[in-house]
Amino acid sequence: MSRPLITENQVREALARGETAIHVQGDPIITPLAATALTDNGIYIVKTGDHGGFAGASEGRGELSPVSVKGYDTKFLLELYATMQRIRGFETAVGLLFKQQRIIGFAHLSIGQEAVPTGVCAALGPEDYLTLTHRGHGQMVARGARLDQMMAELYGKVTGNCKGKGGSVHLHDFQLGILGANGIIGANLVITSGAAMSAKMRGTKQVAVAFFGDGVVNQGAFHEALNIASVMKLPILFVCENNQYAVSMSERDATAAESIAARGRAYLMPGVTVDGQNALAVYETTKTAVERARRGEGPFLIECMTYRSRGHWEGETTELRPESERKQWQERDPIQRLARALIAANPATEDQLRRISDSVRDEVVEAVRFAEESAYPPLAEALRDVWSGEIAITQ
Amino acid sequence: MRELTFAEAINEAIREEMERDPSVFVQGEDVGRYGGGYYPALRGLYDQFGSERVRDFPISETAIVGTALGAAITGLRPVVDLMFADFAFVCFDQIVNQISKIRYMSGGLAAAPLVLRGVMGAYSHLAAQHSNSIEALFCQFPGLVVTIPSDCRSAKGLLKSAIRSNDPVIFLEHKMLYLTSGDVPSDREFLLPLGRSNIAREGRDVTLVAHGYMTQLALRAAEQLQANNISAEVVDLWTLAPLDKRTILDSVRKTGRLVAVQESSVLCGIAGEIVATVCESGVALKSAPRRVTGKSAPIPFSPPLEDHVLPHPEDIIQAARTVMQ
Repeated sequence: MSRPLITENQVREALARGETAIHVQGDPIITPLAATALTDNGIYIVKTGDHGGFAGASEGRGELSPVSVKGYDTKFLLELYATMQRIRGFETAVGLLFKQQRIIGFAHLSIGQEAVPTGVCAALGPEDYLTLTHRGHGQMVARGARLDQMMAELYGKVTGNCKGKGGSVHLHDFQLGILGANGIIGANLVITSGAAMSAKMRGTKQVAVAFFGDGVVNQGAFHEALNIASVMKLPILFVCENNQYAVSMSERDATAAESIAARGRAYLMPGVTVDGQNALAVYETTKTAVERARRGEGPFLIECMTYRSRGHWEGETTELRPESERKQWQERDPIQRLARALIAANPATEDQLRRISDSVRDEVVEAVRFAEESAYPPLAEALRDVWSGEIAITQ
Repeated sequence: MRELTFAEAINEAIREEMERDPSVFVQGEDVGRYGGGYYPALRGLYDQFGSERVRDFPISETAIVGTALGAAITGLRPVVDLMFADFAFVCFDQIVNQISKIRYMSGGLAAAPLVLRGVMGAYSHLAAQHSNSIEALFCQFPGLVVTIPSDCRSAKGLLKSAIRSNDPVIFLEHKMLYLTSGDVPSDREFLLPLGRSNIAREGRDVTLVAHGYMTQLALRAAEQLQANNISAEVVDLWTLAPLDKRTILDSVRKTGRLVAVQESSVLCGIAGEIVATVCESGVALKSAPRRVTGKSAPIPFSPPLEDHVLPHPEDIIQAARTVMQ
């Protein structure tokens, strides 16, 4: 295929049409004058060939796997379904509340990515540790965090997980082993390696899971965490929610690697890519990795192929992405896929699934009411929890 | 009392705390099998406690400090050897944006009981990137405790308290103090309080406020001032954050004169903070306060140039004479 040519004229025409991007198939040749015009006017080149979903993202990645519910306990399957619905319900509400400015600050949503944390957390034990990404609502919910506390935290209310002092990107639940979401890309990976190191030193069989996005893998902390985990044979799972965009940049433009899984293999740990739109596929892979880690065989990297349906944060556009790509991923909705499999194989009826959605809706409504009615923290709270209080501060 | 070198005092503090509490462990570059620390404060710990509790790390500061945080929030008490404190810049995010804030961001549910030890300061001809005095930077991040010993005795007493503290403690050891020895109590419960300043020398006429190695320079200056019938009190800031203002103010209330000393360059430093604290307090001063600081340049290698940019006892004497006029 010949490479498309982009001339200054095309840029001017796009500009006249009020467009912010020029879409091309394949790797374009850009004339020097066009390049200048692109830079001067802030117009992007979007290579649709590169962004066309799995096939373009990396060879061999993104094969859809069959959602096969055969052999699983029905209760377990319905729990997976309910968990994904709880995440979707919570985040859909957050999106709306953000639009209404009931929720302010950051709201990074993971709508469409629910199968990843759901499958991972289903394979963990109650004593295991997790750290979360800045896009961590789903990971919280999948681990069993309470929606009302989370919603209250997003409202900055005293009844939130962090007494309102953390907000969305610092959610945690230490009782559930959730050592915190993180606002700094990649920072949680070394911290999680430390939790795994601590588990090993204390002689427990705990496993630690670090969730991260595809934007993490070019940060130094990623490489330091993987290296030390491998050198020390730590019981840790590095779980990548590869939603293919880091802020606005496509993974293809950001990362020089055949896959993120390959980065794991470079540090002498298993690195596998799984269908992140299939909760059962994620669950099975995680189970294998957890068992291996508990046996003392060291770290594991799981790359879950998924897709960020929203902007980096609420209020940001996704318009630079090809429509075909978004459509394709909508069809791969993990909740719908599991629902179809459940109904087709008959462990559940449509009625049963509807009852689950209804009860989730009630729970979300209740969470919003709880958050709305909760008080803001008293101002004295602003200066509490800074130090331990062991040191008397003399002013 | 016995005399120990500075390294031996540090060593004894860590050894005693590791014997006392099995959750205390050491990690860093070259700390164990490879030599007991670049500054030999960890000598013998590896032989006594083994590789699980004296953990050798590759040159990977973000991993060293980040894993320490992960261990601290899951029940252990890491004592991190940063080697040169200058390397904190490589993992600054972990220190100032993670460690310092985890308690607060978790609404008080998490604690990070860890110590970050680093060798700081100049006067050693190690040039610009291994001679920084970075204590003031950490003071901008509430949640950190910033502690600096000024001699062998305070090194042991403060470090033991730092290891037992439930707050994250930055513990900075000046290179020049590694050349000193002094009396150190052998008492295993010898603890000096964090968050307190110390009157290192009593005096009537002028207060010299210093910390770390600068306290040694201030004490030398005070000795010479005494020969000229000027009685200088030396306040040693054992802990910079949170700052014990009361001890400083009590001293200045008595003397009515202030000289604040720091090694690093002048802008936004500890000395400026001390002067501001005193001026704001309304304590009546008999003369305008003075700062003695390093000059505003990276630390040069060439010995005469290094000497030129750093503060010396003569500069403190000069400042004390000025505030006495």
